[in-house]
Amino acid sequence: MLAALIIVFREVFEAGLIVGIVLAVTGSVPHRNRWIGGGVLAGALAACIVAAFTGALSQLFAGMGQELFNAAILGVAVVMLTWHNVWMAHHGREMAGELRQVGQAVADGSKSLLALAVVVGVAVLREGSEVALFLYGVAASDGGSGWSLAIGGLIGLALGAGICLLTYFGLMRIPPRALFATTTALITLLAAGMATQAVAFLERADWLTALDTVVWDTGWLLPENGIAGRTLHTLIGYTDQPTEMQLVVYATVLLVTFLLMRLTGSQPADRAVAVG
Amino acid sequence: MMKRLTLAALCAIATLQAAPSQAQQATEIRLTYSNGQFQPSQVSAPADKPLSFRVKNLDSKAMEFESTSLRVEKVVAAGTEGVINVRALKPGRYEFYDDFNDKARGALTVQ
Repeated sequence: MLAALIIVFREVFEAGLIVGIVLAVTGSVPHRNRWIGGGVLAGALAACIVAAFTGALSQLFAGMGQELFNAAILGVAVVMLTWHNVWMAHHGREMAGELRQVGQAVADGSKSLLALAVVVGVAVLREGSEVALFLYGVAASDGGSGWSLAIGGLIGLALGAGICLLTYFGLMRIPPRALFATTTALITLLAAGMATQAVAFLERADWLTALDTVVWDTGWLLPENGIAGRTLHTLIGYTDQPTEMQLVVYATVLLVTFLLMRLTGSQPADRAVAVG
Repeated sequence: MMKRLTLAALCAIATLQAAPSQAQQATEIRLTYSNGQFQPSQVSAPADKPLSFRVKNLDSKAMEFESTSLRVEKVVAAGTEGVINVRALKPGRYEFYDDFNDKARGALTVQ
C-alpha cells in the first residue's frame, strides 16, 4: 500500500504544484474555477486515453512516440505560459487602471484563462497517464493485494491535491501588490523549465543531438529525484545534469519572455517611472 | 501574438527536423521483463558509446523502465517493446528499475 501511495503521489506532485500556481495566478478572475476545473477534467480524460493507447503511441516515430508526444505537449504548455505572461503585461494594467473597460477586459480575460486551462490540462495529462497505467495494472492483477494498493493510490492522489492547496494558499498569503510580480516570475521560470524538459525528451529521441554535452553534475548535492530536487525540477526546471542545449533553451525562454513583455507592455508604467 | 508565437514554434521544429541525425552507431542491449523481473538483470556495455535499450514487456501490465543515473524513464505497455536511448557513458555501474514495481531491479556495468 505504501509503495502504491508513493508511486501515485510522486506522479501527481508536479501536477499539484502547477495547478496550485495557476489557481493563485487567476485568483481574482471571474469564472476561473470553471476553466481550471475544466482543464483538470480534460487532462484526466486525456490521460486515460493516452494510457489506453500507450503501446500504439510508443511505436510511432521508430519507437520514440512517447518522447516526441511529451516534447510536443510541453512545447504547447511553454507557448501558453509565455502567451499568458505577455497578455498580462499588455492588459494587466488596463484591467487595474480603467474600471470602465472591465467588461471588455473580462471577456479578454477568458482568452488568457483558456491558455492556463490548457497548461493545467497538459500537466494533469502528463502525470495522469502514468497513474492511470499503474492503477489499471493494479486493478488487473489478482484481487487480495489489489485493494490495499488501490487505497494507497487514492491516498497518494489526495496528498497530491493537498500539495495543490498548500501551493495555492501559500501564494495567496503574498500581498496582492507583490503577487502579480511573483506569479509572473513563477510562470516564466515554469515555462523555461518545461522547455528544458522538452529538450531532454528530444535528446532522448535522438531528434536533438546538437550541444548535448552535460555541463555539470550536481546529483551529489541535490539529487533530481529527491523531494527538494523534484520540487525545484517542477518550479524552475532544475536538472542535476543539464546539457548545453538545455541551458541555452532555458536562457532563451527567459530572454524572449522578458523582451516580449517589454515590447507589448503598455506605456503607463514607463511614464510613471519617468515622472518619478 | 498567438500567430507569431506559433510561427516561432514551427520554425524551431523545422530547424530540429533539419538537424543531422546521430551518425554514431548505438550499442544495443536487449532485455525482457516477465513475472516482475528483468532478464537478464545484469548487463554490460562499452564506455563512450551511445546505448540503446530494447525492453520487451511480456507481462500483462505496463511497466516503466527508469534509471536515475541513466536519466531515462519510459513506460512500456503490456506485450510491447520499448526503445530507450542513452547517451555515451563514463565507466561505472548504473542501476535501473521498474518504477511501478520496486522489486524489479537490474544494473548496467559500463567498462
